[in-house]
Amino acid sequence: MQYFLTILLSGLLAGVMYAMVAIGFVLIYKASGVFNFAQGSMVLFAALTFVTLTEHGVPFWAAFLATVAVMIAGAVIIERLVLRPLADRSPLTLFMATLGLSFVIEGLAQLLMGTDVHQLDLGIDDLPLDIAGLQLSQFDLFASAVAIGLVVVLSVVFDRTRIGIALRAVADDVLAAQSIGIRLPVIWRIVWSVSGVVALIAGLLWGARQGVQFSLTMIVLKAMPVLIIGGFSSIAGAIVGGLLVGATESLADIYIGPLVNGAVSNWFAYILAVGFLLIRPSGLFGDRTIERV
Amino acid sequence: MTKIRWSAAAVAALTLVLGFGTPPASAAGAHEGEQLYPVLTYRTGPYAPSGIPFLGGLQDYVRYVNEVQGGVNGVKIYTPECETAYSIERGIECYERFKHGYEGAPTAIFQPHSSGLDAALLDKAREDHVPVFGPGGGQAHAFEGRVFPYSFPLVLDYWSEASIVVKYIAERAGGLDKLKGVKIATLYHDSGYGRDTIEPLKILSEKYGFVDIQIPVPHPGEQQQTQWQQIKQANADWVFLRGWGVMNPVAIKTAARVGFPVDHIIGDIWSGSEDDTRPAGGVAKGYLAVSVFPPGTNYKILQEIKKYVIDTGKSDLKDTSKFGSVYYNFGVIEGILAVEAFRTGQAKFGHRPLNTEEGRWALEHLDLAPDRIEQIGATGLVSPIKVTWLDHVGGSSAKIQQWTGTEWKPLTDWIDGDRALFHDVLEQKALDYAKEKGIAPRTNEDALIN
Repeated sequence: MQYFLTILLSGLLAGVMYAMVAIGFVLIYKASGVFNFAQGSMVLFAALTFVTLTEHGVPFWAAFLATVAVMIAGAVIIERLVLRPLADRSPLTLFMATLGLSFVIEGLAQLLMGTDVHQLDLGIDDLPLDIAGLQLSQFDLFASAVAIGLVVVLSVVFDRTRIGIALRAVADDVLAAQSIGIRLPVIWRIVWSVSGVVALIAGLLWGARQGVQFSLTMIVLKAMPVLIIGGFSSIAGAIVGGLLVGATESLADIYIGPLVNGAVSNWFAYILAVGFLLIRPSGLFGDRTIERV
Repeated sequence: MTKIRWSAAAVAALTLVLGFGTPPASAAGAHEGEQLYPVLTYRTGPYAPSGIPFLGGLQDYVRYVNEVQGGVNGVKIYTPECETAYSIERGIECYERFKHGYEGAPTAIFQPHSSGLDAALLDKAREDHVPVFGPGGGQAHAFEGRVFPYSFPLVLDYWSEASIVVKYIAERAGGLDKLKGVKIATLYHDSGYGRDTIEPLKILSEKYGFVDIQIPVPHPGEQQQTQWQQIKQANADWVFLRGWGVMNPVAIKTAARVGFPVDHIIGDIWSGSEDDTRPAGGVAKGYLAVSVFPPGTNYKILQEIKKYVIDTGKSDLKDTSKFGSVYYNFGVIEGILAVEAFRTGQAKFGHRPLNTEEGRWALEHLDLAPDRIEQIGATGLVSPIKVTWLDHVGGSSAKIQQWTGTEWKPLTDWIDGDRALFHDVLEQKALDYAKEKGIAPRTNEDALIN
């Protein structure tokens, strides 16, 4: 039982890390209905910018703020050069644009900051802690606290501020929102900026664990089933979806893996996601589309 | 835009297409008289951190041979690059581009620089009669030159590597007879490369009585908490880590998280570079790895490269701090093996560029004895090998090295793999393959070029 609980808990904590990436997708999807394929590249770019600055002697918080500034500048450029010219196009066109954007961002990151693998030390030990007989990592607990903090901040921003309400209005009905004076380009700039900051936080947590390197872009693959399960438009859904994916894939590796003589966690989450698509296509917390006919 | 402007634009576009879409007339034979040695690169993509220093070592060594030694017996080596980003599909395109030579220079040998591409080319290269050689990355049963005349998994195969790891663990335990009951967990990348040691470890565990535990990690391996909990639950004494890329630092860090001693983890040859340990930080100190590409600059040939290539600003490396790193030296070793193959072939066929059949003959007669390695200035860097038409590996030895926190230090001299133990199994696999594919195994006469 102890072993089961340890696996379950470590899976849940891993799920929090997946959710951190998924939240970035949700923010952009909520405001524009676009699935941002470049989110993984943004994670890499942000983490690489931060670590390059710190390696050049810039103090932690200064590097953090400078990277936030870079991500905001990037959001403004993306809005001006990519999103605005495609404003009236279909979501599929915008999705394809973000696909191209991901290659541009990855290329720029490697061109400007090189391809080296960087060590990133956030000053938090990644050593085991014994809590009630369960071995947990301090780092995982820290990551969970960051995720909870992030969800609280984003919830407050979305529910209690004018900008947040404007974002929700755009998410509900773009034309209606524009008709009452909400400027779509401004909303896009804000949401891509916030998504850039979320990418930075996710990049720092993942980078501290695996090193800051190109493979950070591949964590989008982990976010996909999380989004399908949790729903593309819900931050709470991203968290719950992350926890579900983390827990089930860990347990599947232990109990199903040996039956098929291989690792199953990379595809098991997708099987779970397909199941949700059949039963609940909008995910656990996603908005159901209702159309009058 | 007016009609005239449109027409002008169309003409300009046509001129561009005609002008730049076809190679200049001089390019067709621009490298006649040179030996083609196509270099498949991965300077972009997830594995660029290892690709860049590795290609730096390879290109720097070839530059040294060309510019300081005047080529191989006067024949310059031409090394056009083809970027694959470590993708098999792109690698096959590169193979097709170079297999019959390029710009007047003939192909003699082909290096895929990827275990996956090596496997993908197994049949194709045989049909095309192009010898493919992959030091440290080939398939173990391809040692059998009777069935695989065009495959050369030189230097080390993964089966031998498994036996070297077991030998080292036995040495630490006090002898092979002390292995009984020892638990060795293999944490492997769940791919063809990773799974390649399941069978030899089963054979070894049956012979020596250790408990063989196999745990797969799904690609790319950025999350391993479950796997390391399994290792802890199984009370493993040693872990043989067969990772690649991001899987390696994550394994080392996760081992620390579950309290597994890092000095009881032995990485395989693709888990033992600076990029595998540095991102893991302080917890990597004491980590062990198998090495066929010993790092360091204290080899005569490295000093020569430094003098003539690095210090003169001609290096392929932008960041010359990579000079002497594991992957840089891997590139130098690959270069040495290729150049020595050309030299061997030229001794038989004359001082001229070789074709693929001559390249195969050259590889089948490659004999890097200690005195030749000494002449090259690579003693301690390259392990002695002797390839024959029956044995396309030519030897299988490796060192065990340890990460000090800042660099790798060799702990042992060359340890020989137990190839005799696996010989019959691998030979049978090769013969089964021949039967399945309808290949008539070669005879001694077939192996000779008259």
